[in-house]
Amino acid sequence: MDELEKMLLLQIADLHKVPDGAYNIRKNGAGDGRRSTEHIKIETKTDGKSGIDIFIAPNTKNESVHIPVVITETDYRETVYNDFYVGENADVLIIAGCGIHNCGVETAEHSGVHTFHLEKGAKVRYVEKHYGGGDGNGENVMNPQTVVYLEEDARLEMETTQIKGIDSTVRYTKATLEKGANLVVREKIYTHGKQFAKTDFTVDLNGEGSGADVVSRSVAAGESRQEFVSRINGNGVCRGHTECDAIIMDDARVTAVPELTANSVDAELIHEAAIGKIAGEQLIKLMTLGLTEQEAEEQIIKGFLS
Amino acid sequence: MLELKNISYTAGEGNKEILGGVSLKIDERFVAITGPNGSGKSTLAKIIAGIVPPTGGKILLDGEDITNCSVTERARRGISFAFQQPVRFKGITVKDLVSLAAGKPISVGEACSYLSEVGLCARDYVGREVNASLSGGELKRIEIATVLARGTKLSVFDEPEAGIDLWSFQSLISVFEKMYDKTQGSIVIISHQERILNIADKIVVVKGGRIERQGTREEILPTLLGTNVCRALTGEGK
Repeated sequence: MDELEKMLLLQIADLHKVPDGAYNIRKNGAGDGRRSTEHIKIETKTDGKSGIDIFIAPNTKNESVHIPVVITETDYRETVYNDFYVGENADVLIIAGCGIHNCGVETAEHSGVHTFHLEKGAKVRYVEKHYGGGDGNGENVMNPQTVVYLEEDARLEMETTQIKGIDSTVRYTKATLEKGANLVVREKIYTHGKQFAKTDFTVDLNGEGSGADVVSRSVAAGESRQEFVSRINGNGVCRGHTECDAIIMDDARVTAVPELTANSVDAELIHEAAIGKIAGEQLIKLMTLGLTEQEAEEQIIKGFLS
Repeated sequence: MLELKNISYTAGEGNKEILGGVSLKIDERFVAITGPNGSGKSTLAKIIAGIVPPTGGKILLDGEDITNCSVTERARRGISFAFQQPVRFKGITVKDLVSLAAGKPISVGEACSYLSEVGLCARDYVGREVNASLSGGELKRIEIATVLARGTKLSVFDEPEAGIDLWSFQSLISVFEKMYDKTQGSIVIISHQERILNIADKIVVVKGGRIERQGTREEILPTLLGTNVCRALTGEGK
């Protein structure tokens, strides 16, 4: 087991214990446990779509919602809609994890559409972890979509992690920000084998003083491919920053596509992108500490994605 | 004991000679290697650590030929190397790096003790990433801490004083002294600093890729001082 897999197991462990606070566990398309709390109500959707509505009362502080999804069947496809309504000045943690363990030879696919409506002054830290495993030849596919509406002074911090195991993923994130609202995205991706991962961000900075910081760190190994698209539209006095920092190995390919549009003279937009292999001197330094080249590589990647 | 036998190194177009027939025995407590810029000192250090393969000659560690050993193998046999320009790592913390150097997971307390020895207020540093947010001097001290944590029988420092303020100079010297107390091995320091040369049991003067002279501090230091020091250290009057 390499260092990275150890780290992964720790993450999956998170998925298996019963969380504190409100939660909804979905397993192979059916509910597998739910708890609402005084301030956080979880309800099954009534509009015919599969999924849940989560209502978080205004001023709810220091509470959390866990919504893990687990798929263990092969030849299974689902699209789930989860809508979060976060009341004024609430400050909560939302953890979504999706684990696919596909031992069969067919495709297992999970597409989650998460919509966040944050009212004035609401703050959310949203953590999403993706894991795919299995010893069959079936494909694990995940296509998450996140739609974000941030009202005045609302703030969403989004941390997403996808390490190995997912054969194909296309992630769309679309955010609209009003006055003084803030969006922070920290994305971590590791692909190997013949995997494909694309992330596509569109952020509309509409309100005065709104800001977005979208940062992706990734490692592409084997023959995998990655595509990072970040589109920021500055429509007034606002600040936008997007960054793609990728380590490329073996025969992998990485594309970074920035698309900044300033529709106002007061929009400050910055894009940074760096793609390159592990620096030789980093490997050598760790080898002078007694690590083999492979161990050095694992440590560098583990650090980079930690 | 480390022994270099007739080490040579050529590089680049036209096989420019960087080192020509360097033979040297290192058995003393502190060995200082000095000489003008571009004389081949750093190359020599990298050849000892295995980072640069020599084009000719042999390297023996305790009588065993390690000329063809990799960097990793030499490290495991007891050679440590502190880089002149320490390497930065995104995401790897100071504690991670010191743990890797120690070769085992270490507690925050242990990491702190190594950092305190190099004059860093440990609590401020253990959790920090070894990245561009650290200054050159801070990185340099952390680099020295990694060699301390290894505690091997041979430690090679490539210009450890570069980037360290004069104020902390004396503590740098006491770091080397403490290190010797622990390892009882040899410490090789590439340096231009008189104060470091002053603690050396042996001084080796390298010039133009060759050992110009070597001997005890008492023999060599006077020849480097005064007007000669400039000539020897800057390469003027070649």
